[in-house]
Amino acid sequence: MTAPVVIHAPGQSRRGERMLIAIAVVLTLFFVAAPLAYIFVRAFSEGWRVYAANILHPMTLHAIWLTTITAIIVVPLNVAFGIAAAWAVAKHRFPGRGILVTIIEIPFSISPIIAGICYLLLYGRQGLLGPWLQANDLQVMFALPGIVLVTMFVTAPFVAREVLPLMQAQGSEQEQAAVTLGANGWQIFTRVTLPNIRWALLYGAVLCTARAVGEFGGVSVVSGNVRGQTNTLPLHVELLFNDLNAVGAFAAASTLTLIAILALFVKALLEGRRTR
Amino acid sequence: MSAAATQTGAPIRAKRVLPGFTLSLGTTLLYLTLIVLIPVIALILKGAEIGPARFWQIVSSPRAVAAFQITLTAAVIATVLNAVYGLLMAWVLVRYDFPGKRLLDALMDVPFALPTAVAGLSLTALFSANGWFGSVLHPAGFPVVYTIWGIALAMAFTSVPFVVRTVQPVLEDMDPALEQAAVTLGARPWAIFARVVFPAILPAWLAGCTTAFARSLGEFGAIVFIAGNLPFQTEIAALLAFIRLEEFDYNGAAAIALVLLGFALALLLVSNLLQTWASRYREASR
Amino acid sequence: MKQPLLAVALALGLAAPAAAQDRLLNVSYDISRELFEALNPAFAAHWQETTGRTVTIDMSHGGSSRQARAILEGLSADVVTFNQETDIDVLAEGGLLPAEWRDLLPNRASPYYSLPAFLVRAGNPKNIQDWDDLAREDVAPVFPNPKTSGNARYTYLAAYAYELARNGGDHTATQEFVKSILSSVPVFDTGGRAATQTFAERGIGDVLVTFEAETGGIAAEYAAQGFERVTPSQSLFAAFPVAVVAENAKRNGSTEVAKAYLEWLYSPEAQRILAEHFYRVTDEAVAEEYADRQAGVTLVTVDEVFGGWGAVRADHLADGAILDQVFVNQ
Repeated sequence: MTAPVVIHAPGQSRRGERMLIAIAVVLTLFFVAAPLAYIFVRAFSEGWRVYAANILHPMTLHAIWLTTITAIIVVPLNVAFGIAAAWAVAKHRFPGRGILVTIIEIPFSISPIIAGICYLLLYGRQGLLGPWLQANDLQVMFALPGIVLVTMFVTAPFVAREVLPLMQAQGSEQEQAAVTLGANGWQIFTRVTLPNIRWALLYGAVLCTARAVGEFGGVSVVSGNVRGQTNTLPLHVELLFNDLNAVGAFAAASTLTLIAILALFVKALLEGRRTR
Repeated sequence: MSAAATQTGAPIRAKRVLPGFTLSLGTTLLYLTLIVLIPVIALILKGAEIGPARFWQIVSSPRAVAAFQITLTAAVIATVLNAVYGLLMAWVLVRYDFPGKRLLDALMDVPFALPTAVAGLSLTALFSANGWFGSVLHPAGFPVVYTIWGIALAMAFTSVPFVVRTVQPVLEDMDPALEQAAVTLGARPWAIFARVVFPAILPAWLAGCTTAFARSLGEFGAIVFIAGNLPFQTEIAALLAFIRLEEFDYNGAAAIALVLLGFALALLLVSNLLQTWASRYREASR
Repeated sequence: MKQPLLAVALALGLAAPAAAQDRLLNVSYDISRELFEALNPAFAAHWQETTGRTVTIDMSHGGSSRQARAILEGLSADVVTFNQETDIDVLAEGGLLPAEWRDLLPNRASPYYSLPAFLVRAGNPKNIQDWDDLAREDVAPVFPNPKTSGNARYTYLAAYAYELARNGGDHTATQEFVKSILSSVPVFDTGGRAATQTFAERGIGDVLVTFEAETGGIAAEYAAQGFERVTPSQSLFAAFPVAVVAENAKRNGSTEVAKAYLEWLYSPEAQRILAEHFYRVTDEAVAEEYADRQAGVTLVTVDEVFGGWGAVRADHLADGAILDQVFVNQ
């Protein structure tokens, strides 16, 4: 990191600087901070007691539980995939690397709705695998597996995206040295590579968690919206809203917002560690 | 976000020596095949089943064309907004020191972390006729909710970090000598920005905007709340695909989905090219 | 805690039939949320009393065609309580229940009915009284997307039937009439409840067109806003058909409780709850008790006006049919 350049133009640019900062702050307050604040204002608009009752409602608790379970299944798998992908691409050369990287990024730019449709066309009762799944009495769509699969699709690039550039930038001299010293693959990974990438890895995991918890479009295609069964927290927000319980919807939304803020807090901590 | 994922010029050559190649590549391919490729192929197969004539009929129907146009227009508006706002934020966050800077920096990540449906719900409430902002904007004759501006707003909200986080590291890495030289030569601040700084960050800025654009095209959760979903006016393509699905029109849903997939892939290609360019530019300017 | 166990069972890809008690998934239309919240505990008590077993009833609400599609794609509904016969016919065509489902319960398997009616803003400032007021240029009606919502399909058909009767059978003029209504709708939500939100919470539109049951419920829910119920002079009889999804129930081992649940809907106890929620009921004694809640109206049926749902599907709802001409290509 280089020190900020200070442009020593007289008066005028100091004024320009203040103006730019002011515009940036005002825009961000209106554009980003206000929606964030509004969620809590609305959630608490009828007082603590109503808020607590909304959060502690069994259906809301179940939605929180389902969303947590989904994240607990998805994030570790995603971390494992991210490490594997980064290791394969960054530390080795093989034909098709570029294509592989592009494929990893596909879910990033596809609408989650499209992801949901893809899964429905594959695992739905009328989908490609539908007859087989039915013959074996396996329920994928409208159950936890479907929700998990779609969430895995949507979050697939998150960890790889963070770890890959770092592994590439670091090169593999250290690992090469470890090989020369007779270390085996696992030792190299845990003692050399992992310490180097741990912050990026955690950072990716945090982003992945936030995304997994908040996924809406894709999951809404494959969930079936069964209250207390396949209703994830973001879907529950919509459901409460349509139940004419706007305050309840914002209360449920506030838990998601808290998770998001927590994730950002962890991320900020990690970033401090990373740049040091 | 660090984005230079396709940087290829790493100096080490003999890479096959490291162990775990088969395992890691195998895992990667298995995961990608099961989670990403097979579902996408299911979509493509469904699309192939429709046949080119029917496919064209679906995607060129007036309502579908309108939906694509609305999606593209709103995404362009959102990207233009973000190009300016994102650049401003990156500049302010890198170049100036002021109280609350870290908080401002953290706020730039909110759209990444906040579930899009929650963002949509909140933005809709804020800008609806009786909301904080809407109660001012509505009487002024500028309704946001249920117009294309609402769609653009939701898109801009969810995609602004892409611009900021792509431009930021490049600005940080810039060699200060160039600007100092320009100052010494008596160039005015605006001229320095236009002639020295901007060309250096241009590739990263474009790459960020492309990603933001792609993300805007794919956004759904935030938009459905704020858009009003009026065919020919505020109905986005992803929603039309969703509606077709609800109407049992699988072919219609698959065809529209395929077009969106095509857009996404094309943009991904552009973005990757731009990022390769950006990283080469960065190497060169060091 | 049973929830973690359930989640694990689901994670293993099982259909999770809980053994300790009966479990029923009722997949329903969008605006029946409050209704089944009231009905289900009453049935659970009734079931406990008659069989000594406990029953948990899970609910899923959404536009009824969307719900039918989800069931076709594998949503494991034991019973459906829809607002449209066609959506159950679709399930029959998909082989999930017998084609003669209408004959398995009284009244063509409809324990209750309703009709499209209006809800206007306090004081009825635009003086909206009947369907022709909806076609006026200064009136913005709100109702959901007729392509995804059964509720809105009734609205469309009711408006059609009204104008057809008024002008003595001129289909061309009727289609123009319906078109002018559809083209002044500011927002098409995908489900009935979202349309209610648009009207009540977001203050859009002059009149909400939805089932009479919903107008009653909303007027009560938003009493402070002073919405007024308006019943048009003529409307369409809207049957609310129910059926056991035989294939799923067999697999889930819930056939017995599913049948009992639907039959119970015809009992005076359930009919009273239905009437409380502004539905019109088939039990004459109960209907008499609640007669003062419902305004008089001429009801026509789909069979009389359109020649049955089969004809409606072919002539109106099919791809490129009348609805598409007056709605999609506006």
